[in-house]
Amino acid sequence: MAKTQTTAAGPSVLVRTNDGIDADLRLRMYRSQVQIREAEQRANDLFLQNLVKGTSHLSLGQEAVAAGCAAAMQPGDLSFCTYRGHAHTLARGVAVEKVLGELMGRDNGLLRGKGGSMHLTSIEHGVMGSYAIIGAHLPIACGAAWRAQYKGDKDVSVCFFGDGTTNIGAFHEALNFAVIWKLPVVFVCENNLYMEYTPISEVTAVANPAADRASAYGLQPIMADGQDADAVYRTAKAAFDKARAGGGPSLLEFKTYRYSGHSRADPAKYRPAGELEHWKANRDPIKIYRQRALDSGISHAQLDEIEGSVKQEVDQATEKCKAAPPTSVDILCTDVYADGGWAWRN
Amino acid sequence: MAELTYRDAVARGIAQEMSRDSDVVFLGEDIAKAGGVFKATVGLLEQFGPLRVRDTPISEQAILGAAMGAAMTGLKPIAEIMFSDFIAVCFDYLANEFSKSRYMTNGQVKCPLVVRTGNGGGARFGAQHSQSVENWCMMIPGLKVVAPSTPLDVIGLLAASVRDPDPVIFFEHKSLYAVKGEVPDGEIVDTLGTAKIVRPGKDATILALAMMVPRALAAAERLKAEHGVDCEVIDVRSLVPLDTQTMLASVARTGRVFTVEENPRLCGWGAELVSIIADEAFYDLDGPPVRITTPHIPLPAADALEDLAIPSVQRITNTIQRSLSA
Repeated sequence: MAKTQTTAAGPSVLVRTNDGIDADLRLRMYRSQVQIREAEQRANDLFLQNLVKGTSHLSLGQEAVAAGCAAAMQPGDLSFCTYRGHAHTLARGVAVEKVLGELMGRDNGLLRGKGGSMHLTSIEHGVMGSYAIIGAHLPIACGAAWRAQYKGDKDVSVCFFGDGTTNIGAFHEALNFAVIWKLPVVFVCENNLYMEYTPISEVTAVANPAADRASAYGLQPIMADGQDADAVYRTAKAAFDKARAGGGPSLLEFKTYRYSGHSRADPAKYRPAGELEHWKANRDPIKIYRQRALDSGISHAQLDEIEGSVKQEVDQATEKCKAAPPTSVDILCTDVYADGGWAWRN
Repeated sequence: MAELTYRDAVARGIAQEMSRDSDVVFLGEDIAKAGGVFKATVGLLEQFGPLRVRDTPISEQAILGAAMGAAMTGLKPIAEIMFSDFIAVCFDYLANEFSKSRYMTNGQVKCPLVVRTGNGGGARFGAQHSQSVENWCMMIPGLKVVAPSTPLDVIGLLAASVRDPDPVIFFEHKSLYAVKGEVPDGEIVDTLGTAKIVRPGKDATILALAMMVPRALAAAERLKAEHGVDCEVIDVRSLVPLDTQTMLASVARTGRVFTVEENPRLCGWGAELVSIIADEAFYDLDGPPVRITTPHIPLPAADALEDLAIPSVQRITNTIQRSLSA
């Protein structure tokens, strides 16, 4: 089981062990990370080919957080994501084709092109939306958790956000709200070290933007390595179990790193020389996890097979999206209101 | 039949819907134990219990966010924003979140919720607790916007709002809370998007909303008594959906139209109505449409200043009389 310890130096840190994660789960988390990596890379390629318009916020380098959390969730649990939401959407089982189709504005897209990259949503998979206004979805996740509490439903609402979100008001309102109502909601901060173009440390009063705020709301400070899917899984699972059992909310902080800029518009020139290379060489979640899998007795062949099948899946999805028609213009004015239309007058 | 205040009608409307549907829940600041700062929600905590009637911290974003999250997962929340001025601190949810989620997700996300809020002036609260901000909401695709003027309409339109599958912003006028009206016994359910002719007349049409409705009615009586002018008064009731047919038909009969708006001048709801009338009933008009509004200023606190700012019975009467006799 996961063990945490609190040191005088600060928040509890996870002690890595290999128990509790079997080969099937490990292969599942490996596949999820590889799929996110391949799909995000493909989204970037398609952007460069001008087949994806607008913007996109990639999770390259942050795959372990999405894969580990999704693996720790149960069917029926709810994900609330940010505009950097492709990874979490894929991790809950939404097809690559649906995601790429949405990014490309095709009729086969998850939202038929009405949402785009920043609003991926699939209710049937428990992906309750990707929100592009910083902090907005933390209170929304509280509301979904309130419904579970009121109805006696056993699902947990899981809300993902970046380090920059910890400095906006809605973060603090939501944490206080979740604690006083003891809601089954888990807040997951992906600290990728940069608030858009600015190092988070330059604009935050504390060193650990989420964990160091936890005590202000009576919560345990909990941090774990966001590049290690096992650590993410165990940390998340403990929090989800607690919420499901009526133990109230948790605030988790996973330290991670994004390989690309904040968005397509950002070449990330503000990073110190060698930082990206260091993370790619030494802290890459897929490298770390491949080695973990091998150490636990999984074969190279099994891992290669996963990589091959994911590559094929992403290739096929890409071709299907390229062949798919653009979104029908017939839907321009649909679904503004519940009657399916947009009529505001008689 | 009973005589009820507008304030008591709010509690009765909420109770009617909470009794009917256990998915209806209610949250806001001081709404439960205190019964609301305007005493419009007295008794609901006792009747429905603390799981369904919940006091919140002063966290307007959390209130509206939680209402949205509850709505999109199956509940039908009623959220109170104490003063409508405070909509400005949680405007994201109205402007970007529950108004757009259905569209952005290709119809997947549904947000059947009601935001009740105390709107309007006349209570000497000054510029940050007195505004009429229904036009802030009217401009956002995806919202419905309602503002009743009588106790009966409070119950009926509140019931219709709770049962509506879309997010509805429900503006209660603070200066009407003490007003009394006859209300029948039993369940009352009205229809959104329906204006009501509250005084028939043949010489001019007056379009009014909320507290401006009783003032328009009083002005119409004065115009009749003092000048022999017979005005038709329409209570707009619902800005979205907007019952343009009732208004256009009235203008076709009377040939003149006046709007009476409590909101400041620019982009007030009357501008949209006048635009529609100019576009679609131009040849029915015998003179220019006239908007009677609060001037484009923040609302002052002192009696004399606030009374001068908000359209009064006298100003409505004078404006219409001058315009018709010009």
